[in-house]
Amino acid sequence: MIFFIGMTRKIYQYWITPAPLKIPTAPTPLTQTGVVMRLAREVVLFESLFKSNKWTWLFGWLFHIGLALVLIRHLRYFWPGDLPEVFLLMQPFKYGAFAMVIGLLGLVGRRLFVERIRYISAPSDYMMLILLLIIGISGVVMTFTSNHTDVIVVKEFASGLVTLNWTDLPTEIHFLIHILMVFVLMAIFPISKLLHVPGVFFSPTRNQVDNARKKRHISPWALKQEQDHEVKLNQTLGQDSSEDKHG
Amino acid sequence: MAKDFEAPKLATYLRIPKINEGIMDGEGPFKSSEKFQTPLGFPGKKVSNWQEVAINKMGELKSKYRSVQVFLDACVKCGACTDKCHYFLGSADPKNMPVARQDLFRSVYRRYFTFSGKYFPKLVGAKELDDDMLDKWYNYFHQCSQCRRCSVFCPYGIDTAEISMAAREVLDTVGIGQKYCNQILGKAITVGNNLGLPEPALRDTLLDLEEEVEEETGVAVKYPLDKKGSEILLITPSADFFAEPHIDGLIGYGKVFHQDGVSWTMSSYASEGANFGMFIGSYDVLRKAALRIRKAALDLEVSRIIVGECGHAWRVAYSFWNTLSGVGAGASDEFGMKLQKQLDSRYPQPQHIIEYTHDLIQRGKLVFDKSENDHRVVTFHDSCNVARATNMGNIPNGQFIIPREVIKAVCNNYVDMERNTIMESTFCCGGGGGLLTDDLMEIRIKGAMPRMQALKNVEKSDAVDTLVAICAICKSQFSKVLPKFDFDPYMIVSAHQLVSEAIVMDKPKTNDELAKEVTK
Repeated sequence: MIFFIGMTRKIYQYWITPAPLKIPTAPTPLTQTGVVMRLAREVVLFESLFKSNKWTWLFGWLFHIGLALVLIRHLRYFWPGDLPEVFLLMQPFKYGAFAMVIGLLGLVGRRLFVERIRYISAPSDYMMLILLLIIGISGVVMTFTSNHTDVIVVKEFASGLVTLNWTDLPTEIHFLIHILMVFVLMAIFPISKLLHVPGVFFSPTRNQVDNARKKRHISPWALKQEQDHEVKLNQTLGQDSSEDKHG
Repeated sequence: MAKDFEAPKLATYLRIPKINEGIMDGEGPFKSSEKFQTPLGFPGKKVSNWQEVAINKMGELKSKYRSVQVFLDACVKCGACTDKCHYFLGSADPKNMPVARQDLFRSVYRRYFTFSGKYFPKLVGAKELDDDMLDKWYNYFHQCSQCRRCSVFCPYGIDTAEISMAAREVLDTVGIGQKYCNQILGKAITVGNNLGLPEPALRDTLLDLEEEVEEETGVAVKYPLDKKGSEILLITPSADFFAEPHIDGLIGYGKVFHQDGVSWTMSSYASEGANFGMFIGSYDVLRKAALRIRKAALDLEVSRIIVGECGHAWRVAYSFWNTLSGVGAGASDEFGMKLQKQLDSRYPQPQHIIEYTHDLIQRGKLVFDKSENDHRVVTFHDSCNVARATNMGNIPNGQFIIPREVIKAVCNNYVDMERNTIMESTFCCGGGGGLLTDDLMEIRIKGAMPRMQALKNVEKSDAVDTLVAICAICKSQFSKVLPKFDFDPYMIVSAHQLVSEAIVMDKPKTNDELAKEVTK
């Protein structure tokens, strides 16, 4: 709940905050299609990060793609009733968990051993990685060792969440850790750096079309300012005789 | 300068330095006095309730600029930017890593505006805005040239320039301004240019220039001022009016206009292309300076506006003029439409002088004797604001392609510097963003190191002896710092100086000459 309300508020805040000036960063797309392609490359491939640092890219991308695969596979728990056949195709996605954990370990390593990155890290940066590692590892333990949890009960609980029915959960310790950490993660999502997820779509240096000369771009507050100053403006336009003449 | 320092040594390749905490600590550049603060609408000295004023201003800025709000939230401290800033590479001060620079601002944002920062400040690195922090802001946000190289490499496009502009605006609002920028802005918005050159002085300079050019070429090239009804209004940085190497560029513009046979003029009211309003981050001041150009265009009844060689001027012109003053196209509001009716929509408005010259070259209107530049081996420094914040020719990456095509059209020996130091990855000259002042000489020299290192490599490999830039700040900065790295300070030239040297003026063409052109 915190997650949905918090995220909605944050996205709404980004949405209503205007970008008064055109500030796309090169290499800039000149068309809207270009912007969509650019954002797609950023989100799917981490294009800028790849340009920037190959190790960070490798670990970061492994983690995110692993997470994405695992999340998709988790859909089955939220699906009420029998699964359509397409879910069978997602079976191998469980190996994404390894990519995720390897990526995370790499990122922790960078944070610890690269002097520059250690310098910029706050305790919360480490905690976030540890949190995700616990989630990832407890997930791996449940899926790949004999400590399976009762997925039928989990499914009842998760699909119950979708329809707002609270049912009982399995009580194995690794499962409880897993789900508790997931809840923690969701709760801190709207108040932490996890906001990079919506942020990337709202970043003006990435989502603007480079067409400043062709189309007048103006924010509501700047337009209002322009109108409020109309009298003064006429002066700046040279239409008021009381303004200095040596202009 | 407050302390002694050594100019960095140039290695054979660019090394990422070990961090050296506090090496660039200090009081920052000279502070502005009441005399320079008041005309811009800022308090003359630090206000008594500065903390409250600053926090309120931060709140206002983040609600007016999506960039500020998103950039403050979205950073994940991945470290991608940490080795991208020329000031960090040159100085090794960790607060010059883009993310650490932003964190000076972000930690305060977190403390006062976020749940986690209010209740768990230690955990998320949130900090109070105290005197010490404010001093750090003043010092380190004046060690950022707003070149945006970090933004290119950030996975979220976080642009430290936006944060440093916001921080400088907060500083101005509490009464702590930078002398260099604010003094210059005062001149620009009263006299009309950053140098404070009044109309008679400007007119004299231009007359002298006409004489000089006529003596040298035998052709009466004009440099008109305030000529009503001209087709083109040229807006150029005022540095072009008085100093080497800038003025050779202005000579070049005049020759190109002359060969095109077009009527053109400069304006004494708006005799400045530069707009330091961008450096201090103030929309209002930025706009005030931009409106002078609009007024000049209306008064002089021109139908085209062309901008001279200046980096941030071109950013302001290309990206912001349409927003600020309606110089551009596609307005749907009354204010913008009024001016845009007067401007000729067949041309891009505004247009860069390089685009203009390039267009003439494409249409075969200019004749060059490239051998005039044969004594040079040329390389091109992409100025950060042109490279990362604008376009030319409305083709993708035109801002990289078109200047190079112009240079190659007028000289035979051209080489590029290493790929990761040019185009969108270009290194700042070290003097941009309001840092081109002697009281910041240490950071200017250190920050020039990455560019100098790339230049040294092409000097070794290809005997490069000429560095071309299309930015007044780059040219001034290089003139100063080149000798510190054992280069000739006169190796920096305007693109239009090369044009000027190679252009064949006005004489009727003989068959021989035509044949010669074809063989080239």
